[in-house]
Amino acid sequence: MSVCMNADHPLMTVRDLTHMYGNRVGCRDVSFDLHPGEVLAVVGESGSGKTTLLDCVSARLERSSGTVGYQMRDGRMQDLHALSEAERRFLMRTDWGFVHQNPADGLRMNVSAGANVGERLMAVGQRHYGQIREAAMDWLGRVEIDDDRIDDRPGTFSGGMRQRLQIARNLVTGPRLVFMDEPTGGLDVSVQARLLDLLRGLVDDLGLSAIVVTHDLAVARLLSQRMMVMKDGRVIETGLTDRVLDDPQAPYTQLLVSSILQV
Amino acid sequence: MSTDARAFCRDEAQAIATYNFAYLDEQSKRMIRRAILKGIAVPGYQVPFASREMPMPYGWGTGGVQVTASIIGPDDTLKVIDQGADDTTNAISIRKFFARTTGVATTTATTDASIIQTRHRIPETPLTEGQVLVYQVPIPEPLRFLEPRETETRTMHALAEYGVMHVKLYEDIARHGHIATTYAYPVKVEGRYVMDPSPTPKFDNPKMDQCPALQLFGAGREMRIYAIPPWTQVVSLDFEDHPFEVQAFDRPCALCGADDVFLDEVIMDDQGTRMFVCSDTDHCNSRQTAGHAGEQDT
Amino acid sequence: MPHKLILDDVAKSFTLHLRDGITLPVVAGVSFHVGGGECVVLGGASGAGKSSILKMVHGNYGVARGEILVMHDGSQVDLAVADPRTVLQVRRRTIGYVSQFLRAIPRVSALDVAAEPLIRAGVDADAARDRTASLFARLNLPERLWSLPPATFSGGEQQRVNIARGFLPDLPILLLDEPTASLDQRNREVVVAMIAEKKQAGTALLGIFHDADVRDAVADRVIDVSQFAESPLAA
Repeated sequence: MSVCMNADHPLMTVRDLTHMYGNRVGCRDVSFDLHPGEVLAVVGESGSGKTTLLDCVSARLERSSGTVGYQMRDGRMQDLHALSEAERRFLMRTDWGFVHQNPADGLRMNVSAGANVGERLMAVGQRHYGQIREAAMDWLGRVEIDDDRIDDRPGTFSGGMRQRLQIARNLVTGPRLVFMDEPTGGLDVSVQARLLDLLRGLVDDLGLSAIVVTHDLAVARLLSQRMMVMKDGRVIETGLTDRVLDDPQAPYTQLLVSSILQV
Repeated sequence: MSTDARAFCRDEAQAIATYNFAYLDEQSKRMIRRAILKGIAVPGYQVPFASREMPMPYGWGTGGVQVTASIIGPDDTLKVIDQGADDTTNAISIRKFFARTTGVATTTATTDASIIQTRHRIPETPLTEGQVLVYQVPIPEPLRFLEPRETETRTMHALAEYGVMHVKLYEDIARHGHIATTYAYPVKVEGRYVMDPSPTPKFDNPKMDQCPALQLFGAGREMRIYAIPPWTQVVSLDFEDHPFEVQAFDRPCALCGADDVFLDEVIMDDQGTRMFVCSDTDHCNSRQTAGHAGEQDT
Repeated sequence: MPHKLILDDVAKSFTLHLRDGITLPVVAGVSFHVGGGECVVLGGASGAGKSSILKMVHGNYGVARGEILVMHDGSQVDLAVADPRTVLQVRRRTIGYVSQFLRAIPRVSALDVAAEPLIRAGVDADAARDRTASLFARLNLPERLWSLPPATFSGGEQQRVNIARGFLPDLPILLLDEPTASLDQRNREVVVAMIAEKKQAGTALLGIFHDADVRDAVADRVIDVSQFAESPLAA
């Protein structure tokens, strides 16, 4: 087994990561490791800094200080902010996925579902139409979108379908790490359940690592093994997801957990 | 109006009556030549330039006219075509414009011209070394279809991220079963920049590859100039299982009998009688003069 | 008989920040051990802290003080201070858990829910499903339910899915939180037999059983948890 497949080496190492918006704190002094196959949930209310953190660790936003190390496919640890823009963008469309809360932010709305899924393949140099289409068809099936919708534009899809299409578009290149920003936000509860189950299955089957930002503790419980609770830009509690939820320590976490509606 | 003012107006009127050579002032021409040189140095790269107001509306070839005005000299012979024809309004207007502002010789014969300004065609007669083909370009950015942000398209060019170009071709095949893009068919220049060849029919794309003539592209409204130096590789994008193909016509030109040229469909009368003839009028005329004939001509 | 699970002076309390930070003591000074092939039952009144002890061993409750030692992959691990990844690995390879209620996952079939730990442990998916199916049959779970998600099952049916999920992997330690609470007599007997087989195989079992018959049938020792009450005020 090669070094890069070793689960004992973190896939991502974040140390003292800080992002300031002028004098205001986006996120401050955040440190964590993410290992291969691990799903980390970042929870907290709006404005707690979780999306800022996600954008910083996915190199979509410049850090103010701190480091984000990432284990490249060849096994070497690389400081993300030292990558050239070309390397960073290559990473983003091959080794990473990013699932946006609003599917329109992550899809090309003016091209077909098939082209949306196939784009990443074409971006890495696939030039065989038949193979690209076959891969797109396969992925649409895996996210439970019917074959006969392959040539339809996402505009004709329901919210849940669009979100599933976005997931397929991200996973087609076999990324190792997927960032998700409120992946079930804005969806009906029944649609949410289907999407969560699908995500859970895909993460398991593909051995994906993921960082999931959500304010929904049920989403965190279902998807993640580990959890970080953020407030005012800082991580105030971290640990096994079920321990944080069953035995919350920080006052804010207790408030959060006690605020869950029981059905 | 005072006497002084009246005198000033008269002087001004006289001054306007004599244009600078090729209409543009020398400073502007120099600026445009610098853009052209940069374009030649980086084949296929869109060079921004300070496009000037020309005495014609945008969309009438202001980009091509500025390029021509910047490179033309007293010894040049100018040919202007519009969709292959020398005798359309646009072609005639531009030809007369330069005849009046430069006094250079004009021609309709491809072989006699040193500069050919074109809207949407490449002449059928092969171009030769020393000739310059100047294209009028409406939208220079081939990535615009999929990416509306200029900052993003520039980055994509800089990093040669051209996957989205194939998304467009993919959509064509998914929708029509083949690549249905018939004009403005994207090309890759010298293995680096993806370029919009202006709305020429894809029939003309192979003529751009390893062309002995210099090809210059001017987009006036979009303020971009780009170039293909002589003997440069120009490859049309395609898929392995859907290779690039040019249009084929199932009949020869009705006037000159040529079967290897791009044809225009011409409606002859109110009954809908139609005829397919060479889009390149000069090519058709010279063939007819040389004794070739199509079925309509017999 | 080596001790597979050792609790040494373990304490647990809850600090309720939403109630002016009052501290609720739960247990303190919890010390006992469980050996291989032994079934130790936690006894005592409701609220004495039986479930809390089980949850500390499983790791979904933190430990305020003391040590919880297990042998994991050939070395000793203190679960009271182990990092999350170690706890997850211990759960995967060393400690099995049958909880009182099934946390049903939408749209996943009963068969897949129960087979999941086996598959995660590296058992071939088809083989895992075969083993799960035969255990379902033994637990008299109607075959028509196997391919359905357990969310709509009755309490007893869900409980049997849960039992299968916990019993299938052969892990050195098995925690049982009232596994027979909603079962009828016949299925209780099946579970008693299954526990006996686990003991035979050398598994260390720690459980809570309210049903006296089952408790008497499986327990080698009963530990009265009320002795660990830190304060008489503990509710």
